Amino acid sequence: MDAAHATHAHGDHAHHPSGIMRWVMTTNHKDIGTLYLVFSCVMFFLGGTMAMTIRAELFQPGLQFLRPEFFNQLTTLHGLIMIFGAIMPAFVGFANWQVPLMIGAPDMAFARMNNWSFWLLPPAALLLIISFFVPGGAAAAGWTLYAPLSVQLGPGMDLTIFAIHLLGASSIMGSINIITTILNMRAPGMTLMKMPLFVWTWLITAYLLIAIMPVLAGAVTMLLTDRHFGTHFFNAAGGGDPVLFQHVFWFFGHPEVYVMILPGFGIISQIIPTFARKPIFGYSSMVYATASIAILSFIVWAHHMFTVGMPAAGQLFFMYATMLIAVPTGVKVFNWLATMWRGSLTFETPMLFAVGFIFVFTMGGFTGLILAITPVDIQLQDTYYVVAHFHYVMVAGSLFSIFGGIYYWLPKWTGKMYDETLGKWHFWLSMIFFNIAFFVQHFLGLAGMPRRIPDYAPQFAEFNMISSIGAFGFGLSQLLFLYIVIKCIRSGEKAGAKPWEGAYGLEWTLPSPPPYHTFETPPQVK
Amino acid sequence: MINIIKRGIALFLPSLYAGLAQSAYELNLQQPETPIAHQIFELHTLILLVCLFIFCAVFGVMFYSIFKHRKSVGHQARQFHDNTTIEIIWTIIPFFILVGMAYPATKTILAMKNTANPDMTIKVTGYQWKWGYDYLQEGVSYYSTITTTQDQIYGRAPKDEHYLLEVDKPLVVPVGKRVRVLITADDVIHSWWVPAFGVKQDAIPGFIRDSWFEVEKPGIYRGQCAELCGKDHGFMPIVVEAKEQKDYEIWLAEQKQKQAVTKVDVNKTFTLGELKVQGEKVFNTNCAVCHQTNGKGIPGTFPALDGSKIVNGPIADHLNIVMNGKAGTAMVAFSKQLSDVELASVITYERNAWGNKAGDAIQLSEVKALRK
Repeated sequence: MDAAHATHAHGDHAHHPSGIMRWVMTTNHKDIGTLYLVFSCVMFFLGGTMAMTIRAELFQPGLQFLRPEFFNQLTTLHGLIMIFGAIMPAFVGFANWQVPLMIGAPDMAFARMNNWSFWLLPPAALLLIISFFVPGGAAAAGWTLYAPLSVQLGPGMDLTIFAIHLLGASSIMGSINIITTILNMRAPGMTLMKMPLFVWTWLITAYLLIAIMPVLAGAVTMLLTDRHFGTHFFNAAGGGDPVLFQHVFWFFGHPEVYVMILPGFGIISQIIPTFARKPIFGYSSMVYATASIAILSFIVWAHHMFTVGMPAAGQLFFMYATMLIAVPTGVKVFNWLATMWRGSLTFETPMLFAVGFIFVFTMGGFTGLILAITPVDIQLQDTYYVVAHFHYVMVAGSLFSIFGGIYYWLPKWTGKMYDETLGKWHFWLSMIFFNIAFFVQHFLGLAGMPRRIPDYAPQFAEFNMISSIGAFGFGLSQLLFLYIVIKCIRSGEKAGAKPWEGAYGLEWTLPSPPPYHTFETPPQVK
Repeated sequence: MINIIKRGIALFLPSLYAGLAQSAYELNLQQPETPIAHQIFELHTLILLVCLFIFCAVFGVMFYSIFKHRKSVGHQARQFHDNTTIEIIWTIIPFFILVGMAYPATKTILAMKNTANPDMTIKVTGYQWKWGYDYLQEGVSYYSTITTTQDQIYGRAPKDEHYLLEVDKPLVVPVGKRVRVLITADDVIHSWWVPAFGVKQDAIPGFIRDSWFEVEKPGIYRGQCAELCGKDHGFMPIVVEAKEQKDYEIWLAEQKQKQAVTKVDVNKTFTLGELKVQGEKVFNTNCAVCHQTNGKGIPGTFPALDGSKIVNGPIADHLNIVMNGKAGTAMVAFSKQLSDVELASVITYERNAWGNKAGDAIQLSEVKALRK
């Protein structure tokens, strides 16, 4: 970001610290966006290392490298770190960089709170990492932390609970900031229905976050008091109910998966029109579809719990509600296709990731529909089919949209162009290895391999080996991504204000990289 | 219409899968063996086919666009961005497809949920990490524990044919009978799953859930615990043996006889040697998963028994922790799981194994006294 730093001199009268203190004290949305993205990248590689360790153990039947209890710690922390450390902060990083640039605002509404909401993250991550080294090791109850298993575990669980509290506080502050910025600081003339779709999806996501993070905080606090202060929320012997934890957790957990995908929808909705060289098809139906998905996400939580046992009426309600989500999701996919239809398509790296996103995300959507059918779900619940399903939506969905967004806006942020050939390599390697790693897991789940097991019966050996090979390939391909970004920042070719021919929006009216302070005088939107 | 599709699927797909079923590359759900499992199998196939059809249609359009509407072939962008008619159509059509899927699914759910009028009832209890089976009307009960050895798991011995999916005493049921299972757990949540039966029901401590199955033909069916339940979640398989009614009755009579024999005279006095031999067996099946065969435990997670203060302390404290467990830890109460003989012998063994040299033999009467 040195280039961004140099060009601000003439427009910037404020004094701010330099060196490391610049980043610690910064209230600038661009700096904070960068911090979020760097943090997310570090967590992504940490969580990825855990995933590859898991796949190494699962390469063959039998236990070779890990003991079962450490295996469980790795699956738990891989999930928590990827969700709360990699995907969510990456999207908040995008929001910090892009929301003010796209709505013509000078900065985020609460600049100091913005700094604080970022700096809560590193201590939370540290707590999670430290938990590996306390007696008993890290939390080993799965990222869902189901009671009563999580009540049994050692002090690593307490560190995880505190980490979740910090992460929750950070998310809530970030969300308040984003909502306030979007609702109050849009440039004159930019009505809500003229906002770029990325801004719309983040507005809706931020409302989701404010609604659900306190619920998660409540659930883990009840866990904490059950563990140490003699309450029996989740203990039947004391009048509690272990299933209560699951209800509260998934009331958070289901909207949470939309928190991780809606901003991705937003990024894809920016990329596709740019490279189709025509406006997004069905703008208003995109907005309504996003809002419907968000609202529906609050009434489907128990589809994660079909095997827990609930009345037939409960199973039917949650099945119907879940199936209904396919309608607005379908509308979004159809709108993207209609945007590409009769366009003038080119396939630079961001577009490759966007089209790849539609392709693989839709496959995750189909398996989601299959899992929504209660009787089928009962057969597939807690198997590798579910593992395949959510990696299709979280990796091929969220992560691919993040990659697409990075390649799309990197020239804007750095003022330099990334290496297009390497970018395409990164896409194709990721796409192919991703499918090798996860497609076969559908078969494992169908054939009856449970998830979260360190060792498996010999009939699952072949597909597990294929999956592990794919996972190693996918993990190593991400080193290429790191190299591409570093190379772009250090020695990329200069990029113009609007490096993409078909791009449209306020951010492209600014020079690349944009000055440290932008839109001090609001632009006019026609 | 649905019936025609279903029949087509029933004819076409099993034959396609049958060839593949022989190989290790199993591609579909396991061979269903109960009426419910058959329904689930067909439901999955039906929805998979609908999804495949939509997949081909949608991505056919996308790839057509990718190849024909590229800038490199000179395609000019048409600047349209709305069409209310088509947007309404592609909202309504998926809705009706979903209704078509929901109808057969609803029928299956109602059939699965109907556990009324069973021919027999078995209570299934999940423990860390084994299953307990109680034949409620017949008065037979026992535990079912994995028999795959640590040597096989750690690659020091060749793996059995049914590696990880084998137990000492399987659940035995008669074929053609409507069996209702009442499922619960003793410590944390487990899940009792037999894929071929289409039964997966979480076992929740303190609550009882039920499910049912009716096995169509005799055989051995294997499943696993499907809910993460701690360290050895991957090592608590479920094996069900379905027998003809006649064979089942023979088996049942044997079990009843065995249980009568194991009721030992309370006043019998065992020697230290007898108790140690028996205790080692009990220890290896019930305690070694956590405390390890060498009694060293796993530092930080499971305490060592070798040199432990409790094990080398007063007998009463030692008996108490084994029988009643320790709240808030993985140490469960074994008083219900183990008989008086087993408790006396395992405690004697622990006190006299490895570096522990207490030299005392615990008698049945001492265990009995604590039981009340």
